[in-house]
Amino acid sequence: MKTPKDLKYAKTDEWIKVEGEEATIGISDYAQDQLSDIVYVEILVEEGDAIEKGDEIATIESVKAAAGVNTLASGTVIAINEALDDEPEQLNSDPYEAGWIIKIKLDDVAQLDDLLSAEEYEAYNEEREG
Amino acid sequence: MTEKTIYELSQPGRKGFVFPDSDVPAAPLPKAFERGSINLPELSELDVIRHFTNLSRLNYSVDGGFYPLGSCTMKYNPKINEVAVRLPGFSQTHPLQPITSVQGNLYLMYQLQEMLQEISGFHRVTLTPAAGAQGELVGALIIKKFHESNKDTKRVKILIPDSAHGTNPATSAMSGFEVAPLPSDARGNVDLEALKLHCDETLAGLMLTTPNTLGLFDENVIEVIEMVHNAGGLVYGDGANLNALLGIVRPGDLGFDIMHFNLHKTFATPHGGGGPGSGPVGVSERLAKFLPGPIATIVDEGDDDTPPFYGFYTPEESIGRMKAFYGHFGVVVKAFTYIAMHGPDGLRDIGEKAVLNANYLMEKVKEDYYLPYDRTCMHEFVVEGTWKDIPNVHALDISKRLMDYGFHPPTNYFPLVVHEALMIEPTETESKQTLDAFAAAMKAIAKEAREDPGMLNKAPYTTPIRRSDEVKAARDLVLCCWTPDSF
Amino acid sequence: MYTPHSPQEIEEMLNVIGIKSVEDLFEKVPAKYRYPDLDLPQGLTEMEVAAELNEIATANASSDEFISFLGAGAYNHYIPSVVDAILSRGEFYTAYTPYQPEVSQGTLQAIFEYQSLMTELTGMDISNASHYDGATAAAEAANLAYHNFRGKRKKVLVTRSVNPEYRETIRTYMYGLGDVHVLGDDPLNAREDETAKLLEMINADTAVVIVQYPDFFGRITDYTKIVEKAHEAGALVTFVFNPTALGILKPPGAFDADIAVGDGQPLGIPLSFGGPYLGIFTVKDKLVRKLAGRLVGETVDEAGNRAYVLTLTAREQHIRREKSTSNICTNQGLMALAAAVYLSVLGKSGFKQVANLCYQKAHYAAEKISKLPGFELAFPETPFFHEFVIKTPKPVEEINARLEDYWILGGYDLSQTYPEMKNQMLVAVTEKVSREDIDDFVAALEEVTND
Repeated sequence: MKTPKDLKYAKTDEWIKVEGEEATIGISDYAQDQLSDIVYVEILVEEGDAIEKGDEIATIESVKAAAGVNTLASGTVIAINEALDDEPEQLNSDPYEAGWIIKIKLDDVAQLDDLLSAEEYEAYNEEREG
Repeated sequence: MTEKTIYELSQPGRKGFVFPDSDVPAAPLPKAFERGSINLPELSELDVIRHFTNLSRLNYSVDGGFYPLGSCTMKYNPKINEVAVRLPGFSQTHPLQPITSVQGNLYLMYQLQEMLQEISGFHRVTLTPAAGAQGELVGALIIKKFHESNKDTKRVKILIPDSAHGTNPATSAMSGFEVAPLPSDARGNVDLEALKLHCDETLAGLMLTTPNTLGLFDENVIEVIEMVHNAGGLVYGDGANLNALLGIVRPGDLGFDIMHFNLHKTFATPHGGGGPGSGPVGVSERLAKFLPGPIATIVDEGDDDTPPFYGFYTPEESIGRMKAFYGHFGVVVKAFTYIAMHGPDGLRDIGEKAVLNANYLMEKVKEDYYLPYDRTCMHEFVVEGTWKDIPNVHALDISKRLMDYGFHPPTNYFPLVVHEALMIEPTETESKQTLDAFAAAMKAIAKEAREDPGMLNKAPYTTPIRRSDEVKAARDLVLCCWTPDSF
Repeated sequence: MYTPHSPQEIEEMLNVIGIKSVEDLFEKVPAKYRYPDLDLPQGLTEMEVAAELNEIATANASSDEFISFLGAGAYNHYIPSVVDAILSRGEFYTAYTPYQPEVSQGTLQAIFEYQSLMTELTGMDISNASHYDGATAAAEAANLAYHNFRGKRKKVLVTRSVNPEYRETIRTYMYGLGDVHVLGDDPLNAREDETAKLLEMINADTAVVIVQYPDFFGRITDYTKIVEKAHEAGALVTFVFNPTALGILKPPGAFDADIAVGDGQPLGIPLSFGGPYLGIFTVKDKLVRKLAGRLVGETVDEAGNRAYVLTLTAREQHIRREKSTSNICTNQGLMALAAAVYLSVLGKSGFKQVANLCYQKAHYAAEKISKLPGFELAFPETPFFHEFVIKTPKPVEEINARLEDYWILGGYDLSQTYPEMKNQMLVAVTEKVSREDIDDFVAALEEVTND
């Protein structure tokens, strides 16, 4: 299971990648594996929307499950990954690159302080697997 | 083994049915609305009969074999019910005929209401809900209306045990409630400590399936209900599993405020490949005024020479109409027939034999499968469909393999509180020989799992189709037949 | 009655369980309430119950004993014998929802064919496996629209010419959601031009506009303007339709409806005192993920053969639980099968024929009745399908009571649900009625209003 070091994670299985004032948000390799074959992604926000940390930004459906994706930070949506509409399977094959979900302009970088590092997230996953 | 679709079978110009020619002068169609040709298939009567007969042969059914689908109560559907519902007096009555011309229907509905009240211990029953899920919606809306009528607007929370069916939380959400999950304790009962924490002024109600989806009778049911009542909430009973309680105990006596019945489970009306069901709802006296109508009633008691005269009423503070007309009358006729044939002793016999069969089968199956809640069950039980030392065999594989042994699989992956759940409900109409044969198949599969786990992963082998590609179905959606006009 | 256990078998089973008597199984049930005395009549044998049911059924007068002109949402059509022959097969009616595709291809393919027939009939892109009936399908359409806009649009507009019971059902479902307003069918609107009034009400807060086609009064209305205005405002449009009418009338899809729902009872389902019927539910492609209820899709099995499965199940209650938009589990499986068999056997020519017969006979009846003294058509300028409103010289209730002496079931008394429509009868004519029947009806109407 991949857990890139340069990202931050949440216990709800999203990741966020910060580059200056901008951030990209997606779901982790662990999450896509748990969901199995993803068949549909509905992104619930549009470019220009102001979103608050914790807001639901997308719903993901696999053949056996459905999951909500929440934003890990407040900000303004600057891009959504429209390619997921036709190729939701990219969330399975490449959750950290091609499978990104939205990009936002951050309101406050400090909001990210309580998120998990890659090591902490891996430890959390091991604990969950029991 | 596949069957062509009706569109593939279609031959231009072929006819299957002809109506008499028109005997009135022609009236012109309004041009602006006139439709050209409609692309329906063209088949002979025999084409149609063969096609659907062939399709029927691809189905597993209760008439064909043992169907131990947990929480679905796949019991035998008596054939007299099918005769009854086809009597022209029932099948050919229009719902809006003058009330004087449908006294038989109203009598039957009234009698079934009375029977269900007596069986369940509720004060009043409505027959209108179309299915169990709609009965649940009635229940949740009554809870909402009850608190509103008391100006008790803070009550927004419905408690739902973690073992509950998915309709319970879905119904609560449809009714505008917040859902709070309630854990089960180690014996499969509602966790009383967790319940206590939720008993506050925001509590609207609790939805409780009895027996629960683990097939267990909650040992603290009276206490649970009292706690919710004391906190000002109502208790909704999901009647999906009422078969276990027939003639044994009445949910109304236990203190439940509302419950829906599944006529298609408990009262042997057929499932029809997914419907029609019927989900009457019973309530305690204080909630009767909120029931949806129309409900059958006696308008005039009559006397020695005249029979009572029946009509409909809708309670004044009703939550409103749930569907057109009066519910699934055809299903109601079948349930009435079934109950009339059983009487009090017959009903108790159903409850007892359903529970006897389940406990007998549980004893046999648990020899090879882990039973997480090992105590006397009611009408069903749940085992794990996996073994720690055989990591690659899952509940799904066992289910699929059972088809090769000629059985319908149990409900799998539900309830969620049991890992790799196999939920087995034999029902009362199955014989000891059938249960033994099923137990033997389960034992044989457990052996196969050890000896050749890979073989189970590919099962079934003998069914009309093999395992199907559900990912493809969802990604490349094809939801209707190819037809010539589609291109 | 249907339990097969012999005393010896019971004994053997108890031994395996390790208990003495069946009653030991119920120790956890509070003793105080255990084994209630049920005050019910003793059970009957099949022979006895058959006799009793016969007696109850004959206390009714079936529509077949009358010449029937009663419709208003349930229609007396001829059902080809093929339909019941198929529906009586235990392989269909004693099966459960097709969760296990390997042993349910019969039900799955039949539903798939039903879905195909419904999209063809309505001109819509997608049909689900069905809802309970037309009224609940209409309510689920409003529910779908509400969720489509994530609860931000709070108005559901329905015209007063939508079946009153459907409107009531929509209201019940919307009551659950809490903050939705069902508007548009105020009686005051009936006096004005309904379309103009509705056009004024459509705005950015409208989730859906619901119209009926042909409407409750049988009228065929061009809703193009309403559809345009609704779409301009970003709202959805739902057509409630009568399936028989679509044999000869342009389908909802041709009017750019987003959702089309109707009751499938006219498609081979008996009147059965109001149910079980069939809720047809169809949508445009873009709404497929929002659709509540079962959907069957085509795929392949491991051997590469065509196979059918339930698909897009992640929308549904058993996965989404409180996040699903509807709690519906099953469909009206057997009723959908009836509709599929009915349309298959009638086929292209038969279905058009039945729609035409209804239309022609209804127009003959309207022409004849409207010439009677004191009778006139309520909407003489508006085209209609197989139902029409006739103004009567006496209260409809009174006329209908007297028609019973002629073994005629008169039309629906509109004053029951439209207080402003006193002395107005909704007459329905189907292919089961002959010219002679219509002439008898006309003569009887004249006689019973002539004194």
